[in-house]
Amino acid sequence: MGWIGETVDSIKSIKIRQLLTQAVTLGMIVTSALIIWKAMMCVTGTESPVVVVLSGSMEPGFQRGDILLLRMTKDPIRTGEIVVFKIDGRDIPIVHRVIEVHERKTTGKVDVLTKGDNNDVDDIDLYADGQMWLHRHHIMGRAVGFLPYVGWVTIIMTEKPIIKYILIGAMGLLVITSKD
Amino acid sequence: MHSFGYRANALFTFSVTALAFICAIASLSDNFSDQNPSAEIQILNINRFKKQSYENDEVSLTLDITADLQSLFTWNTKQVFAFVAAEYETPKNSLNQVSLWDAIIPDKEHAKFRIQTSNKYRFIDQGHNLRGKEFNLTLHWHVMPKTGKMFADKIVMPGYSLPDAYK
Repeated sequence: MGWIGETVDSIKSIKIRQLLTQAVTLGMIVTSALIIWKAMMCVTGTESPVVVVLSGSMEPGFQRGDILLLRMTKDPIRTGEIVVFKIDGRDIPIVHRVIEVHERKTTGKVDVLTKGDNNDVDDIDLYADGQMWLHRHHIMGRAVGFLPYVGWVTIIMTEKPIIKYILIGAMGLLVITSKD
Repeated sequence: MHSFGYRANALFTFSVTALAFICAIASLSDNFSDQNPSAEIQILNINRFKKQSYENDEVSLTLDITADLQSLFTWNTKQVFAFVAAEYETPKNSLNQVSLWDAIIPDKEHAKFRIQTSNKYRFIDQGHNLRGKEFNLTLHWHVMPKTGKMFADKIVMPGYSLPDAYK
């Protein structure tokens, strides 16, 4: 009966070691993803180096579900640039084009007006009450590159959170049941 | 090693990598295209030039815009966004840029054009500095690719000016 006890113990200890290894591996994967994300933030100079296009206001150039690659430099903001900005008090970033710029001689500050390519009117109605212009601190980045369709994954996960849970559950299951 | 899960995972990883590679190559190929666009803008008429009730000048003008942007289109081009802006300086502002007209050019056939139009967007100054003002008209274009890096450039045409008195 002693060796049964020993076998059971050894089986238990193997399982624990395996579990720990898998946990560490998972931790490594998550951490490297985080490192890559933070490195991209450093390289591109913006808080969110990638955004997903959520509305149709820039069609036909950018459709819902496309991904925009952003970069922010100290260069002055000029008309024609596609910028991503946030209105005070709102969370959602908006991607539109700059159509008007007024830069102050003394301070170098800019007043900026934007408009979506597919909209008939400029963005005055989108800005906060009484706000007529955007300023540099509202702008998070300029769009420099573009990947079609890839953003649909994010849109689906945001709009139907069930899918997010199913995916994470499936990944967790895969990790636990993988034999090596 | 040969379970469905492993095969699906390997297939997925490979296809994502291959797609990313193709997108990168497509974007890189744009760097090799030879681009020489041309444009010419004439102001046909100053329609209205007045001071709005709250102290800002406003101009309405009719433009004649001729442009040939056909060389900007490559096989990786989805559309070209073209717009005309007025650029000028005022005592308070080192630079003012006001977009007057824009258009989306979906393909090469539409990229050579001549149109006469009044300004699509209102040309309003911050102040009343526009009498006799000299300004540049710039034609900007923004090439939006099917995938990858976006390019933008412009042609600056100096030497336009507004009348010395309101109309």
